[in-house]
Amino acid sequence: MQKNDWINFKEGVRDGMPIAIGYLAVSFTLGIAAKNAGITAFQATLMSLLNSTSAGEFAAISVIAAGASYVEVAIMQFVINLRYMLMSCALSQKIDKRYSFIHRLIMGGGITDEIFGISIGRSGKLSPYYTYGAMAVAVPAWALGTCLGVIMGNVLPVKLVSALSLALYAMFIAIIIPPATSNKILAFLIPVSMLVSYAFSVLPVVSSISSGTRIIILTVVIAGVAAVLFPVEDEEEDHKAKED
Amino acid sequence: MAHNIYIYILVMAAVTYLIRVLPLTLIKQDIRNKTIRSFLYYVPYVTLSVMTFPAIIYATSNVYAAWGGFIVAIIMACRKKSLPQVALAACVVVFLMELILA
Repeated sequence: MQKNDWINFKEGVRDGMPIAIGYLAVSFTLGIAAKNAGITAFQATLMSLLNSTSAGEFAAISVIAAGASYVEVAIMQFVINLRYMLMSCALSQKIDKRYSFIHRLIMGGGITDEIFGISIGRSGKLSPYYTYGAMAVAVPAWALGTCLGVIMGNVLPVKLVSALSLALYAMFIAIIIPPATSNKILAFLIPVSMLVSYAFSVLPVVSSISSGTRIIILTVVIAGVAAVLFPVEDEEEDHKAKED
Repeated sequence: MAHNIYIYILVMAAVTYLIRVLPLTLIKQDIRNKTIRSFLYYVPYVTLSVMTFPAIIYATSNVYAAWGGFIVAIIMACRKKSLPQVALAACVVVFLMELILA
């Protein structure tokens, strides 16, 4: 590990801390759900350690409790987590090409909504060590929170858990809003995406689509339309204002 | 439970890992096509926006407190505060508002 790698790692740890705190709160509630489904602390912790996917695990716990088949669980994970594939595509363009194949294998395992968010938000090329730093604090926190949720159940004050659950979303906002202050297309695209997402969650018929599927469909459609209407000229211009 | 919980966990982990790793390992060169590049550039912004709203409103036990946290986070982010600052401010606002509104 070179000096640069170490600096990147430390920055990843720093930016991963709020993610870890948010994960503790969310996975705590996941642990409570696991306990109610008859899953032990060890099993739940193992699940979180190997998966680190909130929506996927919440959904899995409910169908496992109902005795679903392995194939059903596999298909469900595929659909719910398909958005990671889009994120993985985006990261393939962002990663510093000097790093070898093995780094892609390790880094890929750490793609969660939040770790992806801060990784893609780095300026310039991405060092895998930055992502490792975030993974090093966030993934154990996710597993620990799950474990504590099973063991301690409802010991933590509800108000504290409730407030901490907002941390993850506040982080998403901290990632997407700053570049939008100097880019008119993003400043337009972000509220539009939110409004369409809201519409899809309340309108008849489409509101029956699961949130995982909704995220995939809306991402592909909205980003696709934006790509055709507002092609990005050059990588260097990513964060500059585009005058139309 | 008729099924083995450990097999469930392994099936989940295998599927999720493959989804995460395949594009990252298979796409090695720079994508030259401008539309695809633009698409990938917009993906994170759209996907994080869609994930944030409306879910953020239902994340806490009080809808108004969630709105408070949401608005404070946007204001802080517009002023380019760091990620931990934005997250902390939003959580504090939610916590205080839930105390007051309860």
